[in-house]
Amino acid sequence: MGSIAGALLDLKRLDQLAAGDSAVHRLDARAKVLATLVFIVSVISFGRYELSGLIPFFIFPAVLIAIGQLPAGYLAAKIILVCPFAVAVGIFNPFFDRGVLVHLGPLGISGGWISCVSIVVRTVLTVGAALILAAVTGFPAICRALERLGMPNVFVMQLLFLYRYLFVLTEEGGRASRARELRSFGRRGLNLSSYASLLGHLLLRTWQRAERIHMSMLARGYDGVMPVGHTSRFGVAEMLFLLIWSSLCILLRLNNGAQFIGTLVTGILS
Amino acid sequence: MHMADALLTPAVGGTMWVASAGAIACSSAVLRRERDDRKAPLMGVLGAFLFAAQMINFTIPGTGSSGHLSGGLLLAILLGPSAAFLTIASVLVVQAFFFADGGLLALGCNIFNLGIIPAFVVFPLVYRTVIGRDPSRARLGVGTMAAALATLQLGSLAVVLETASSGISSLPLADFLMLIQPIHLAIGLVEGGVTIAVLSFVRKARPELLQSGGGVDPSAGRSLVPVLLGFLVCAVVIAGGLSLYASGKPDGLEWAVAKVSGKAVLPAPEQGVHGALSWLQQKTAWFADYRFKGGKTEIGAPAKLDTGVTGIVGAVLTLLSILCAAFLLRKGSRGAVAPEA
Amino acid sequence: MSHHIIEVDRLRHVYPDGTEALRDISFSITHGESVAVIGANGAGKSTLLLHLNGHLSPSSGEIRIGHVPIDKATLPKVRRTVGMVFQDPDDQLFMPTVYEDVAFGPLNLGMSGEELERCVSGALQRVEAEHLARKAPYRLSTGEKKRVAIATVLSMTPDILVLDEPTNGLDPHARRQLITLLKEFHHSKIVTSHDLDMVLEVCERTIILNGGVVRADGPTVDIFRDDALLRECRLEKPLSMQGCPVCGGKGK
Repeated sequence: MGSIAGALLDLKRLDQLAAGDSAVHRLDARAKVLATLVFIVSVISFGRYELSGLIPFFIFPAVLIAIGQLPAGYLAAKIILVCPFAVAVGIFNPFFDRGVLVHLGPLGISGGWISCVSIVVRTVLTVGAALILAAVTGFPAICRALERLGMPNVFVMQLLFLYRYLFVLTEEGGRASRARELRSFGRRGLNLSSYASLLGHLLLRTWQRAERIHMSMLARGYDGVMPVGHTSRFGVAEMLFLLIWSSLCILLRLNNGAQFIGTLVTGILS
Repeated sequence: MHMADALLTPAVGGTMWVASAGAIACSSAVLRRERDDRKAPLMGVLGAFLFAAQMINFTIPGTGSSGHLSGGLLLAILLGPSAAFLTIASVLVVQAFFFADGGLLALGCNIFNLGIIPAFVVFPLVYRTVIGRDPSRARLGVGTMAAALATLQLGSLAVVLETASSGISSLPLADFLMLIQPIHLAIGLVEGGVTIAVLSFVRKARPELLQSGGGVDPSAGRSLVPVLLGFLVCAVVIAGGLSLYASGKPDGLEWAVAKVSGKAVLPAPEQGVHGALSWLQQKTAWFADYRFKGGKTEIGAPAKLDTGVTGIVGAVLTLLSILCAAFLLRKGSRGAVAPEA
Repeated sequence: MSHHIIEVDRLRHVYPDGTEALRDISFSITHGESVAVIGANGAGKSTLLLHLNGHLSPSSGEIRIGHVPIDKATLPKVRRTVGMVFQDPDDQLFMPTVYEDVAFGPLNLGMSGEELERCVSGALQRVEAEHLARKAPYRLSTGEKKRVAIATVLSMTPDILVLDEPTNGLDPHARRQLITLLKEFHHSKIVTSHDLDMVLEVCERTIILNGGVVRADGPTVDIFRDDALLRECRLEKPLSMQGCPVCGGKGK
């Protein structure tokens, strides 16, 4: 999949964004992780025919993008690229669910269309929240935060190792695969046997690399437990951030903000 | 295939999160007890290897389309269930964060479908059972293929069940199954073929790897199987219960299924449980699929819906004001912060 | 000071597949000496290095660091005394940021707080890489990676440095930077390399391994003057000692 190579470039870019220095960047990662979780659960908990109630939730990504100085266009493009599965499933709704729910003058909109759009909006919100979390926090910091929130050290180290060697290994895999393509002369001679031996070689080299890494860890006093040095702390700013966003999410979940504004405005106009 | 946030209710997503988090805790504990300090770097780079492997394609014979390894089963055979599970889970976490495959709430489902199923269900129950104590070459091949098929079938079945019990998508269960299972039969065949080929390559080049990987873990793996099977059962029971709760009335999904097949496929929930759950639903409303004010309303018509124009006007205004606020906020904070290069 | 001495005594190593990589190797290195171990591919250099840090154990013979033989009990101390810099810095930099990588060893030694901070920034300063502390390893150039890899070892305050192919894959500028750096260290050093010009500058003594035995051991300049010896061991005189191709001037 060439898309993985592209995704890795994205990964590097997200990583670079996380190196930024803004008020959100500086917050302890735990506050951001927890706030994002509350946000996602709130969004997801809406009923399938709810649409307008979801709209006010765009305030969370919008504010974070603004304060964090993130490139909004780039994030939007990423989000649009990654929701094909949700759309693929959601697109069936209009066919199976034809009961008209909303009347806009002469136009009747079926529940299927509404739930389909609702699926897409949810995807944009939740995927966007995850991406923004990564962009203002950085993956290693998220891992450390999860560790301090109770994730086992073994798994944290696994994630950090994976993250570190993702780049090394995909480059290695990319080189091997290019070499094979160059010699298959567009004949699509990329059959199973050459694939298996290429993958086998890559696997063995990976294994040897693991042995060398293990050696270099031992050489620096590793005895099976990864040492962890924590620096940042959960202070007043973090508490405020978490409180404000959580209560806003809950408020918006329980009261339809868009409906409220809509009623207000149409009431004044009429 | 990856599950997506948008198709899940918090009840289902949360249940799967609990099951997956439990499995991560268990596996971490097993590895800590093992104290094999070589495994930490090995699992890390093998996770990265999975990414690299998924980049490389091959031509599927006779079809002209291309495929690649997904690798869960391969890892289970090389590393043993606990280490393999953590490795797969870590890959999924990275994908959820950076590749936005699925999303954070769906992560629990994805770890269950692609990690727990191959490592703790298929590997011990199918692979180990088929290859037996002293496996021959043929047996290894058959075991691997059977395990690959089982992994993909169970995984896609889990996707269908999770989607159906959430009830966000209106796709009828039967149609969804008919769509997805045959595709995954083909994918399973490919996965099995590739896994067999890679393993036989490794067996020729460095046979000791297969012994060390599979050989270190079995005792630990065996003792863990009952625990995890317990987890599985719990998860299924909870998921079943919660799905009754989440879609415990004839809603779009069941209605559509009934319409397609001419009769109700899903059994109607018991009155007692149903009553209790709907009371709970009214009380909490937080996780409710939709509010239950009208009791049993007309089939297919939800009790609460956006009231046309007001909703749309409100939505547009809200969106506009959010965008304006964000723009102003950004301009305001730009002075203080060096713009990102 | 006595524990800066390395004694290799009739070291022999046979791999499980039966290959005899080292046959009765003996030499000793005294305090502050800088020694190159050179030889063709497969001469046994890597096997020797892996013994110095206790990753491989001898089939027979022994290695003593400061008169203490390497065994299971002394291994942790030996690994602290002998700082090993691996050939591929990607194997050595396994943490998410440079800072965490350099801090890995000291943290394992139980350091924390200000002491840790001082130790890490000191090590990074030594290799002129302080500005890289917050960077992720995959963002570094090869030269930076090599220098940081050395810092990860320096932070453990070793007495002896073992470097495997330190200049491998570096551009001329980064190579020059590294050579200058190596010359500044007053540790005892063991360097393996195919970069004989670097050896000539950094190491006053050279040991040639050939087919698993010590073929020659002496002052670097003397060894590089012996054309017949170099040819026999599949080596070549460093470029700086060969005649100038343009002006025809004679080398050293």
